[in-house]
Amino acid sequence: MASFFDLKARKAAAANGSAPKADDKKQNTRRQPWVEKYRPKTLSDVTAQDHTVNVLQRTLQASNLPHMLFYGPPGTGKTSTILALAKELYGPEMIKSRVLELNASDERGISIVREKVKDFARMQLTNPPAGYKSRYPCPPFKIIILDEADSMTQDAQSALRRTMETYSKITRFCLICNYVTRIIDPLASRCSKFRFKSLDQGNAKKRLEEIAEKEGVGLEDGAVDALIKCSEGDLRKAITYLQSAARLVGAIEKDQDGGDAADDAMDVDRKTVSVAILQEIAGVIPEDTITALQKAMQPRSAGATYQAVAKVVEDMVADGWSAGQVVSQLYHSVLQDETIPDLQKNKITLVFSEVDKRLLDGADEHLSILDLALRISNILSGKG
Amino acid sequence: MALIVDKHRPRSLDQLTYHNELSDRLRSLAQSGDFPHLLVYGPSGAGKKTRIVATLKELYGPGVEKIKIDARVFQTSSSRKLEFNIVTSVYHLEITPSDVGNYDRVVVQDLLKEVAQTQQVDQSARQKFKVVVINEADHLTRDAQAALRRTMEKYSPNLRLILLANSTANIIAPIRSRTLLVRVAAPSIQDITTALADSAKKEGWPAAAGLHKRIALESGRNLRRALLMYEAVHAQNEKITDDTPIPPPDWEALIGQIAKEIMEEHSPNRILQVRAKLYDLLTHCIPPTTILKTLTFKLIALIDDDLKYDVIKWSAFYEHRVRTGTKVIFHLEAFVAKFMRIFEMYLMQMDM
Repeated sequence: MASFFDLKARKAAAANGSAPKADDKKQNTRRQPWVEKYRPKTLSDVTAQDHTVNVLQRTLQASNLPHMLFYGPPGTGKTSTILALAKELYGPEMIKSRVLELNASDERGISIVREKVKDFARMQLTNPPAGYKSRYPCPPFKIIILDEADSMTQDAQSALRRTMETYSKITRFCLICNYVTRIIDPLASRCSKFRFKSLDQGNAKKRLEEIAEKEGVGLEDGAVDALIKCSEGDLRKAITYLQSAARLVGAIEKDQDGGDAADDAMDVDRKTVSVAILQEIAGVIPEDTITALQKAMQPRSAGATYQAVAKVVEDMVADGWSAGQVVSQLYHSVLQDETIPDLQKNKITLVFSEVDKRLLDGADEHLSILDLALRISNILSGKG
Repeated sequence: MALIVDKHRPRSLDQLTYHNELSDRLRSLAQSGDFPHLLVYGPSGAGKKTRIVATLKELYGPGVEKIKIDARVFQTSSSRKLEFNIVTSVYHLEITPSDVGNYDRVVVQDLLKEVAQTQQVDQSARQKFKVVVINEADHLTRDAQAALRRTMEKYSPNLRLILLANSTANIIAPIRSRTLLVRVAAPSIQDITTALADSAKKEGWPAAAGLHKRIALESGRNLRRALLMYEAVHAQNEKITDDTPIPPPDWEALIGQIAKEIMEEHSPNRILQVRAKLYDLLTHCIPPTTILKTLTFKLIALIDDDLKYDVIKWSAFYEHRVRTGTKVIFHLEAFVAKFMRIFEMYLMQMDM
């Protein structure tokens, strides 16, 4: 305790403490999720959002920024974009004092959010150290990032209104959300909106291949396509799946322990990530199973339909496929089936919506799926 | 004397008899040192728990088998005291948060935080982290799952979670995306017959391939049930042949009886009689979903093909009602009444 007052001893202790910490850090990057590891560092790294990136880059040069509202489906790079922008604006040293990132899902109470936001918005700017400004623009305002703003309550949102205007000289807001409709109008009208569209195949593919190469994961032919299909345009999901798959086949361990990529390239029996493993991780039901179910649903004499459908459904449940997945995959394949007339498709969609709601309420999966399949087959036979 | 289900339970990954590919994957995960959070799902009796225990053994060695049961008391915010049982070993602990119903969030938060903040005591342990196995994860409330979400990220150096669930439908997406999904499918009929034959050999019972096959079919691809049925057959009969009858469980017999009664007569009077039986089942803690499902499939077997579609439709409808409603008996009776009506209508059409 005495050493607490002794500056020298404290420094020594800090130095001692920092040594294992560095080691820890190394450990951490190794265990770090790839999603974090490969987050774009600069604006130009952001994939497939050309329009938004262009506009932002222009504002970067002009050193002025409006309030912003980013919206779009998950995994399209909204958070990454604003973080990259902040990094380019302020550089590593100023970013801590100039940027406040609030994630609505972990700070629940409105009052906490309000206080924190208001305090930060009110805070005066600190000047960047000399010479720093030549490297980074450091414009004279702070940025407050409100992630998942659509989960903020109406009250919390309206509390922001005045705050946004009063401190607009020294603070800019960036709201990020999935559904722009959940943001109240007065807030939306104060921001310039940027829509983030779903990633297209080409860009997502490039990015995934790049990561796989850097991590030294061998990919089977078609694995990337399967990955993109499973993740439905959500790049974050795709990267997470990729990492899990790599872990599962044990493809990364060697690379990182050995640390020598050349060695591993020589390794003949290096395991690769196959399409089947990816689908297994994503919980996707194999195409055959869905086709079998669809075939069973085709109209025939009533008794035979029941037997056929019941058999397939029973097997599916026993194999442990999740009912939600069955519903969504069946939905896609029914929609794309050209042989079903539109009128029937309409009716089928109604059935889907009802079953989906039931599953969400926790109804029994076996009965629900059986009911779904039988009702569809009834509609297909023209009786429903 | 232990039941054969427990006695012959495989203790290590090598002893598992089916899904070999899955066992191999679990082994490579356990050996890699970088063990992710797992979400293991599959129907009951597929061997989820057995696999996980075997994986834990692979992770830590035989030390995990020395378990003890702790009773802990938690206090909720409204200062209610909750008693909660935890199964622990030096390396891992196992909890069933759904035991405490709505208060599972408190348990999950308190307990996991406590575990996560302490490091592995045993310095010679193979892994730096502890494992917490959460049973019945699909029965966790939304709040508890949201609490897990933060904990999983924050304490990941000291703590790994293994969640066991019957289906992933009730697990929120953020949890699903943070865990590695492992699907354990039910064993095939072939797998079950092999397992039964193995048990028979270990017990020194005479092999009866026909009986094994019938039990496997009867069990609905549930290995635990198959083994229990097998033992029941042996306990009741001195001599086992290929066509020894398999006694159904009492509740199933009763439901079969209900089905027969419903088929025989369609009158309010009969509903009253059935009600007494349904109450009987409910007071013996048979879950309403099981009752409704078994009853439906028993009825389906008895009726004409044209009716099956309608019966399934209404069965699914009332099952949903059971979930959302509060009074179970209403919906069970409603189903019985509905069935009688559909059946009566059908018969009248036939007459015309």
